[in-house]
Amino acid sequence: MKEILDRIQSKYNLQDTSFRTDTMAFTTVSKELAIDMVTYMRDYEGFKHFVMMSCVDWIEDNKLQLLYLLNNPTKKCDIGIKVFIERENPSMQSAHHLWKQLWTYQRELKEAFGIDFPGSPRVDENFVLEGWTEKPHMLRDFDTNKYAEETYFPREGRSTNDPATYMRAKLYPNQPVTAKKNKDHE
Amino acid sequence: MSELDINDKVNEMLHKSEHNAAAAECFEKTFVRPEDEEREVIAPDGSIIKVNPIYDYFSGKKPTEEKPCGGVVEKFLNWARAESIWVLGFGTGCGSIEIPPLMTPRFDAFRFGVQMRPTPRQSNAFIISGYLSVKTLKRVIRSYEQMPSPKYILALGSCTINGGMYYDSYSTINRLDKYLPVDVYIAGCMPRPEALLAGFMKLKELIKAGKAEKANEYARNFDEYKANQKKIIKDWNMPDYNW
Amino acid sequence: MSIYAKLAYTLLGLFIVLNWGMLMSATFRKIVARVAGRHGIPFYQPWIDLIKNAGVRTTLSHGFMFYLGPVFRFTGAVGMFLFMPALFGSDMWSNFSFQGDLILLLYFQSFGMLGMAIGAGDGGHPHSTIGISRGLAQHAAIELPMILGVISLAIQYHTLSLNEIIAAQQGGFQHWTIFTNPIAGITLLLAALGAMGHSPFNLVKAPNEIPIGPPTEYHGTYLGVLMSSGAILHVIEAALFMNLLFGGATNWLEYIVKTFLIYFYSVFVGVVFPRFKIEQSVVWFFKIPLALGILAILIYSF
Repeated sequence: MKEILDRIQSKYNLQDTSFRTDTMAFTTVSKELAIDMVTYMRDYEGFKHFVMMSCVDWIEDNKLQLLYLLNNPTKKCDIGIKVFIERENPSMQSAHHLWKQLWTYQRELKEAFGIDFPGSPRVDENFVLEGWTEKPHMLRDFDTNKYAEETYFPREGRSTNDPATYMRAKLYPNQPVTAKKNKDHE
Repeated sequence: MSELDINDKVNEMLHKSEHNAAAAECFEKTFVRPEDEEREVIAPDGSIIKVNPIYDYFSGKKPTEEKPCGGVVEKFLNWARAESIWVLGFGTGCGSIEIPPLMTPRFDAFRFGVQMRPTPRQSNAFIISGYLSVKTLKRVIRSYEQMPSPKYILALGSCTINGGMYYDSYSTINRLDKYLPVDVYIAGCMPRPEALLAGFMKLKELIKAGKAEKANEYARNFDEYKANQKKIIKDWNMPDYNW
Repeated sequence: MSIYAKLAYTLLGLFIVLNWGMLMSATFRKIVARVAGRHGIPFYQPWIDLIKNAGVRTTLSHGFMFYLGPVFRFTGAVGMFLFMPALFGSDMWSNFSFQGDLILLLYFQSFGMLGMAIGAGDGGHPHSTIGISRGLAQHAAIELPMILGVISLAIQYHTLSLNEIIAAQQGGFQHWTIFTNPIAGITLLLAALGAMGHSPFNLVKAPNEIPIGPPTEYHGTYLGVLMSSGAILHVIEAALFMNLLFGGATNWLEYIVKTFLIYFYSVFVGVVFPRFKIEQSVVWFFKIPLALGILAILIYSF
């Protein structure tokens, strides 16, 4: 795994390379080189299995981050290729020619984050929502609570509790909170 | 009928009911799929035929109230209706997982005259089992409107009452009774099959008392229900009343 | 006996057969439930369902042919009852049987299915069209061994009158066709499995296949008519095989016991064996039943 990354380090100008385990690495590559790198990994490094593709909304940095997760079935290792793209009118080079299931992933991302993949088959069709006219619903500045309140006739008198605090108060009313906070989750 | 006429008609309808300015606005955005558009086609023999796919296959006729005939006959029929509840086999949400145990040896709803039917034409009860996304609601409305009256709706789980744990979701509805008339609510998340059986008993009571006339209520307040439905179902590629 | 009295007795017989058929279908569902370990429906459920269906307020039509489906089905069932002697040797209950009634009965057997083809086609639902095409395919496969078996009996008894066939079987069970002509008897009993329409040959109307097949669009009163003709058909199909193979019946008790046993022979086969696909069931009828049917004919040609 490490020697593969060392080999292509300069070719693709990899940044922020990190290892989760010995066989799982994540690395960031520029938008222009991303599909090139995915193709290279598939054709020359044996990452034949496309695991999944997802997107993260970094609203603070005004960026969207795409992740291509590939698996090498012979060497039993995974690589996650991260790409940052702009958040306004996002668009990315389509990779549907590499694996056919990317049609669906890209269609989903188009619906959920509004990312355009020019040339990807059926990318403009509905994925799970029908006739959605609002802004893409997975973007973090889409206020789902407000939308639901405006659209779906909330019933008066509905109350809600935070499950963790509610259950703690119910089960251990006298016990102070001692559990350490997990730093990652702050 | 052209799309424009339909739009005009719906707008007219929407303006009649009061609290629906927002609904009217939403309906402006409604789009018709290319394959559903009204158009002219050339038949094999060269003649030109007008087709309007939505209205050629279905009737857009409004439902009418079907008055119970009253008296002893109605009481007798109501008894029969209560003892023979045919449920449409349509699992709309996670609650439909409660239906197999309901029909199998442990709870065996057949004892109480509850049976599953595979087609909406032959069923008269509809279990809305749990959360209802907008996409499913569209299918539910179509199925409900195809069922012959008298018909009943059992709303299962808290999701149908106030949205339950999905109250803030962009794609699931909060209150079912805004879109379809509900006869019996069964609270819980998820209700056990016992609760469902209790719901059926309640429904039987209502039918025997002649109070389960929600199909007529739907026909009476049709415009209001339809406006609410159209407010959220933006891809309305079906006639207003489809049977 | 005047024709009016005869008509009255025939209608009374039809009423008995209808109610007996409903009770049988309730018992059938009860047995299926008990095999599955359930309590099952109450025995009076079919009557309630019938009343409920009559009480459905909405009736809609898909055109003229749509009405014909249930009408043909009902005609097929009633026609089979009218032209089959209900009780042998009884003037009152011989219905309208005549010389050569066997041919009419075989015709009426297909009549209902053909009627459903008319109605289901007009219903416009793709499921009913698929269902009816499957139904007709299976019916064609059943018909072949059935006809061969019946022809074998006709050669054996030199008659096409059901009354004479029953008369030839009187005088003890050893005279029944199932013992005097066992090959034709077995052929007919195998065909009976298909004609009764229970599992493994119930793909056409099973609710958990493509939703319910031909009657997909039928509701309310239409469905009530279909249900009652189904109930009559249950009894009358069993009665046909009773008359052909098991010496007919001379009183109503015998009639009820014999039809019950023949009907439940197919039910018990049904609860034991899983459902066939349509190509499997057609092929099944073209194997052993067809071979036995041909053998039953060949025996009489030497």
